[in-house]
Amino acid sequence: MDINPILLAAAIMVASTPILLAAIGELVVERAGVLNLGVEGMMITGAVVGFIAAHESESATLGFMGAALGGAAVSVIFGLLTQFLLTNQVATGLALTLFGVGLSALVGQGYDTTTQVTLSKMPIPVLSDIPVLGTVLFRHDTIVYLSLILVAAVFVFLTKTRAGMILRAVGENHEAAHALGYKVRRVRMMAIMFGGACAGLGGAYISLVRVPQWVDNITAGTGWIALAIVVFASWKPWRLLLGAYLFGGVTALQINIQAEGLDIPVEYLSMSPYIATILVLVVLSGGRAPGSLGKIFHASS
Amino acid sequence: MIRLEKRKQTSRFWTYVTPILAVVLTMIFGGVLFAILGKDPVLAIKTIFWDPVFGEFAFYYRPEVLKKAAPLILIAIGLSYGFKAGIWNIGAEGQYIIGAICAAGVALAFYPMEGRWFIFPLMIVAGVLGGMIWAMVPALLRVYFKTNEILVSLMLVYVADVLIKAFSIGLMRNPDGHGFPGSRNLNDYSSAANLELIAGTGLHWGVIAAMGVVVASYAILARHQFGFHVRLTGESPRAAGFAGVNANRLIMVCFLISGGLAGVAGMFEVSGPAAQILGSFPSAYGFTAIIVAFLGRLNPIGILLAGLLLALTYVGGGAAETAMNIPSATIQIFQGMLLFVLLSVDVLTNYRLRWAAKAGGV
Repeated sequence: MDINPILLAAAIMVASTPILLAAIGELVVERAGVLNLGVEGMMITGAVVGFIAAHESESATLGFMGAALGGAAVSVIFGLLTQFLLTNQVATGLALTLFGVGLSALVGQGYDTTTQVTLSKMPIPVLSDIPVLGTVLFRHDTIVYLSLILVAAVFVFLTKTRAGMILRAVGENHEAAHALGYKVRRVRMMAIMFGGACAGLGGAYISLVRVPQWVDNITAGTGWIALAIVVFASWKPWRLLLGAYLFGGVTALQINIQAEGLDIPVEYLSMSPYIATILVLVVLSGGRAPGSLGKIFHASS
Repeated sequence: MIRLEKRKQTSRFWTYVTPILAVVLTMIFGGVLFAILGKDPVLAIKTIFWDPVFGEFAFYYRPEVLKKAAPLILIAIGLSYGFKAGIWNIGAEGQYIIGAICAAGVALAFYPMEGRWFIFPLMIVAGVLGGMIWAMVPALLRVYFKTNEILVSLMLVYVADVLIKAFSIGLMRNPDGHGFPGSRNLNDYSSAANLELIAGTGLHWGVIAAMGVVVASYAILARHQFGFHVRLTGESPRAAGFAGVNANRLIMVCFLISGGLAGVAGMFEVSGPAAQILGSFPSAYGFTAIIVAFLGRLNPIGILLAGLLLALTYVGGGAAETAMNIPSATIQIFQGMLLFVLLSVDVLTNYRLRWAAKAGGV
């Protein structure tokens, strides 16, 4: 077996990026007290919109921007329903996933081709020349870096800024936050749209970089794994990194093993990310969820 | 500005009217969608919802509606218990697939032995058990490790999906199938086939089971203590605790019911309409059944009607695909929209709309 550990580590970075992007968005949403189970639907919308936008404009950047907009646009449906029409968040999130999968299949018709658009690598000067670490960490495309920057930014936002504190207050106890005069629904709508945009980016990373082509159901449960990672991370941004790279690791490793043609049946390898998700949820889910997570907020004056 | 005022009790009137309102609104939104796609909206809606039941070829479509409604109703009834109690089994699709695999496994193990009197019932048992075992994983993990049952049950759908694809080209592949994927055709094996009981009606054992489950479920929810416990837990978990409801046991029982019914739905499907284990077997009934359960207001009779309606969207959608070249994905969007609209109009059941001055605050 000759799997190069350095290349594998670099592949793990790439494999984890969609999960990390979707998860960091959902983390903010959940810290605001909203449980959006529609991550899969927003991701796949982002995947198809991003693919089409990049394919038509021949620009990866425009593709990713389109994907973020697409993800945010469908998340607005979820936001309006749960925040203003006070619908059940679990059911609405599921509806969003069903809707997104159908929408992407419809919109993506005729685009089931590979695209010429590629996202070029952007090695960071000096750092990328460090042996081993340089290859693993500093020779990636911009979106990989963006995902890491987002994690850091969310960490700073939640812990160091006033707006982040308000968002957490809204998530912990929406009645109290409302009594203090904070706009619960406005904060939540913005969080939901941020989550949608992140999920869209993650989806587009799958259709534009990882695969890269458009096929129906391309996200294959990545959105759900992202949801699991948020629980695993006990709603803390830094632990999200650990979770995402763990799953990226399982995914990348099983693909490598499949390619090596080892004597392990392919099907057991393909199901390993899902099994790993369950195991990790069982072993490590000791965190405390935000107090108002998933509860309906209705300011009854 | 419109202000919402919470009702002290849910409105009975709107409870019954909102599902119908949701269907009508979804048809309107669907019409807009068809218009955007450049199709005649009225003709499309008529092709999907009217023609299969009353049109020229209804004799062909009506049995199909019944066959598709049966698994939807079976699964949705099972899910309704958990959903009432706030227990979210989202992985019925996986339990449905495993039920089908187990039932087909029994049939293929006995092939070509004759003996319908014991093979067919044994397949039903295998289907129920398979679904139950698959559902027990999230239930046990929830009870003993407080693991989120939504995520675990969902992950197991993907595992089941991998399994059925692997079995259709491996363990269960038809040895006489010239290397093509897929198991033996169970419709050709008289001891295992779930064919129409009266030709041309669509009535197979799964339809009969679905009707039986609707009646049984109605009795349990209205008359049995278990039904009361389920409703109580959903409305107030604390009160349920004081009333002596064992929360963990309730989780297990709800998962057993939904898993078993999803499993048996898979059994009737694999031995009937689908006829074999094949990679394309999962038809997303397990997910559509979630819409059926909500549209039917988690009420057995409601689920019966909702199941027939959603089955109609499948059949009518297929008809619209051939007749008007409407992509099949449109039906998925349609189903997603139906759930969105239904949840939205539900606001009328729980809240009163009041016109209020913009300043509003009392």
